[in-house]
Amino acid sequence: MAGVAGGNDFQWCFSQVKGAIDEDVAEADIISTVEFNYSGDLLATGDKGGRVVIFQHEQESKNRPQLRGEYNVYSTFQSHEPEFDYLKSLEIEEKINKIRWLPQQNAAHFLLSTNDKTIKLWKISERDKRAEGYNLKDEDGRLRDPFRITSLRVPVLMPMDLMVEASPRRIFANAHTYHINSISVNSDHETYLSADDLRINLWHLEITDRSFNIVDIKPANMEELTEVITAAECHPLQCNVFVYSSSKGTIRLCDMRAAALCDRHSKFFEEPEDPSSRSFFSEIISSISDVKFSHSGRYMMTRDYLSVKVWDLNMENRPVETYQVHEYLRSKLCSLYENDCIFDKFECCWNGSDSAIMTGSYNNFFRMFDRNTRRDITLEASRESSKPRATLKPRKVSTGGKRKKDEISVDSLDFNKKILHTAWHPKDNVIAVAATNNLYIFQDKIN
Amino acid sequence: RQLRRNGGGGADGDDSLYPIAVLIDELRNEDVQLRLNSIKKLSTIALALGVERTRTELLPFLTDTIYDEDEVLLALAEQLGNFTMLVGGPEYVHCLLPPLESLATVEETVVRDKAVESLRKISQEHSPVDLEVHFEPLVKRLASGDWFTSRTSACGLFSVCYPRVSSTVKAEIRQHFRTLCSDDTPMVRRAAASKLGEFAKVLELDYVKSDIISLFTALASDEQDSVRLLAVEACVSIATLLPQEDLESLVMPTLRQAAEDKSWRVRYMVADKFSETFVSLQMYLCFNCIHSVLTIWLSDLCLLCPVSEQELVSDTNQHVKSALASVIMGLSTILGKDNTIEHLLPLFLAQLKDECPEVRLNIISNLDCVNEVIGIRQLSQSLLPAIVELAEDAKWRVRLAIIEYMPLLAGQLGVEFFDEKLNTLCMAWLIDHVYAIREAATCNLMKLVEKFGAEWAQNTIVPKVLGMANDPNYLHRMTTLFCINALSEACGQDITTKQMLPVVLKMSNDQVANVRFNVAKSLQKIGPVLDSNALQTEVKPVLEKLATDTDMDVKYFAQEAISGKHFTLINVNKLKMAIIKSEMHFNLLVFTVLVLA
Repeated sequence: MAGVAGGNDFQWCFSQVKGAIDEDVAEADIISTVEFNYSGDLLATGDKGGRVVIFQHEQESKNRPQLRGEYNVYSTFQSHEPEFDYLKSLEIEEKINKIRWLPQQNAAHFLLSTNDKTIKLWKISERDKRAEGYNLKDEDGRLRDPFRITSLRVPVLMPMDLMVEASPRRIFANAHTYHINSISVNSDHETYLSADDLRINLWHLEITDRSFNIVDIKPANMEELTEVITAAECHPLQCNVFVYSSSKGTIRLCDMRAAALCDRHSKFFEEPEDPSSRSFFSEIISSISDVKFSHSGRYMMTRDYLSVKVWDLNMENRPVETYQVHEYLRSKLCSLYENDCIFDKFECCWNGSDSAIMTGSYNNFFRMFDRNTRRDITLEASRESSKPRATLKPRKVSTGGKRKKDEISVDSLDFNKKILHTAWHPKDNVIAVAATNNLYIFQDKIN
Repeated sequence: RQLRRNGGGGADGDDSLYPIAVLIDELRNEDVQLRLNSIKKLSTIALALGVERTRTELLPFLTDTIYDEDEVLLALAEQLGNFTMLVGGPEYVHCLLPPLESLATVEETVVRDKAVESLRKISQEHSPVDLEVHFEPLVKRLASGDWFTSRTSACGLFSVCYPRVSSTVKAEIRQHFRTLCSDDTPMVRRAAASKLGEFAKVLELDYVKSDIISLFTALASDEQDSVRLLAVEACVSIATLLPQEDLESLVMPTLRQAAEDKSWRVRYMVADKFSETFVSLQMYLCFNCIHSVLTIWLSDLCLLCPVSEQELVSDTNQHVKSALASVIMGLSTILGKDNTIEHLLPLFLAQLKDECPEVRLNIISNLDCVNEVIGIRQLSQSLLPAIVELAEDAKWRVRLAIIEYMPLLAGQLGVEFFDEKLNTLCMAWLIDHVYAIREAATCNLMKLVEKFGAEWAQNTIVPKVLGMANDPNYLHRMTTLFCINALSEACGQDITTKQMLPVVLKMSNDQVANVRFNVAKSLQKIGPVLDSNALQTEVKPVLEKLATDTDMDVKYFAQEAISGKHFTLINVNKLKMAIIKSEMHFNLLVFTVLVLA
């Protein structure tokens, strides 16, 4: 079965899996966000325990040419700690909601990580030299007689083992009353936005004590609240444009050139609802859980509970493409509502050339759609297929009455195993898929 | 050991090295404060090491300390700018380039900027040969660096080496600058745009016309508005460099385009730089040109265009209008009397009626410019309603702001007009319900008296102020006292003794203790203005009576006044300080309102 990527037929194969194999998973180890940097050489994950783990792509080794470079741990650090807001008697979880890399500006790497309330700018840098030689101490650390100093020694730098340091550079706090769901770095490289349920703020990367509120949808009376902001992103090329999605399934595009406050949108994307499929769950499942611009900036993709839609920024009244992710769940919405799964926030991502998209599902399944051929595929991230270079077999869920061989019935899907976060390498066919506490990395194998 | 130290007999050690040794070791101390301290004494270390070891050991070590905290790096970058003598003078100054080069690539803008500043400084100490051999290659390295931090730093260095290098190198530098102006990252384009004006100044005129103008045009139409708005700034210096006949064709189209930009930030910048730009253009520019820009732009801002009423309420325009209001007045001096009356006066009048108080305030606060050109009388009929409205604005800060302009307005409008129209306002403020307003109104009276003289005060102000002493509201009675405190010096001994003092003394019987102790305070304040006879016969008995008051505070202040007979100029000075402070506060306020409104 062919894979999905810009026409070239290939198969996805297993590359690596990170994380413990144990059956009982510690809550803190559950991965809550995955993100490649701009070059794809680094891959960052955040987890519910407030930790950030960064993997680095190792260069291909010459003696084992069949092995493509692997991602190995580069740096691990505690980004956020649990806190308590004493004024509001509110616990602030340490869970990392989002990680966003900054464009590389010097030899060090920078990323923004955020929990519900506080955004932090981290610097990840390497050090391979160490200063040696003191005046008042010997090499072994013994103090010298300060009155026997006959000459001054200037420290010399000696090579040492590579050390990777992560240091917090800025802390952007106290600007969000509600939970932060998105952060997005602007293409002007000096500002970024952060969105919570009701507001979007614009920050300068160098200024922590001030941010500008650019969107505020909080009604004067909270009882009139009918929708919340679910995600927001800056346009990849135009520094004045950003979009935000709402729980009502709509997307608003705002232009910061028009006014300092963007409460009035310039474009409003909404697909008219099909009255025949209207049900009690319509509004819940139409809520948008993620919005992503294509790399080209021409399109954006939104994920709702059952589908992924691709919108052309020039057409507001309907999406240009709609892909069903797991339509077979439409009949299960009632039980998914009861076990709260209907509120799961699935993310979605583009491949480097915008020709394919990927998003997650249940039972550790994830879906890919080729935009040119309109072909789609369901793959599974599982330990069973995690042998080196093992090709991933496409999975099928039986939708009719009769289950064919190799098919899985809807009823036997495991709704506790969900793939919410995925990331696609910006250039290559390398994908990172977070399945609970495990991070799977898959690569293409060209036939 | 102690003995030895005191004895100073260091046979086998050198005591004087110890403090230096500590400083060197603390360059690597875990405590940032100690590291910072050592870096700040880097010159001491270098002096002890001598020029040779500074060059061969200290500088290589410092080159690699870029892992440190920002504040340490900032201090280091600054120190190195003053290090020329410590490395052996100008012939070795190039030794300082490697550490500054690495500092010029760190991510922290303040550190980079300081490193660039130091590099610019030491570039002057390079001989022309060294500049080409060492400095210029560094600039090229930075300009073609992989990371944008180094490229942004390079932008600030072109202008310092350009004038001092050979023509081939000059051509290279121009090429590098061109490349950076079209860099992929907006950070670098912004840095280039902000240095464009500075670089233009050192370029030969032909290259300004051929190179800079095209770069300016390109940056001013950059896809990122953050770049475009910086290009606008460069316009000012470019305009000064060009001969008259080229301005219209080379600069104006771009400026016009910026004035009409879709982004409010760019228009805001044009508005902000407007007057400055036109001052530099004024000598050459024909009025038609300025007028066409103005018209396009103002219509864009809905100021000349009554059709788009609904846009007037949008917040953007408030920023722009407010900025415009503050600079538009400056234009009148450039345009001359006739043009001002014909073209600007309608605008002033329109803006005086603007719904946004900041806009009105900005017009009024810049009245002096118009006054010089056409005389304020032209405006006075429209001015008055605007002032009255501001004076009664619901926001006390707006009221406060207009009070501050009263002395200025009074000076320009003249006593007659003032008495007729504004005097009542000034008096009304004295009974405002906000203390800050009453306080400012008191200061205002003092300034008015300084302007119009004691006689005017005696006829118009003093009777009204003293009349308030019988007001049923004790706060107003206290205001009388505050006014007396402020006015006594300006009014002089005669008025103070004959008119004010009796009222103050009478108020010592007030039933409200706050009034009584303020009487004591007032007596202390006006004391220096009174003659000694009045002090002895009238003031002293009253103070003594107050000193036995039933109220503790009254007693306290009365005793203060009695004992503090030397209450002289100090208090007056304090008062003046308070006034100066309040003025500064106000300027800050207007500034903040402008920027953040």
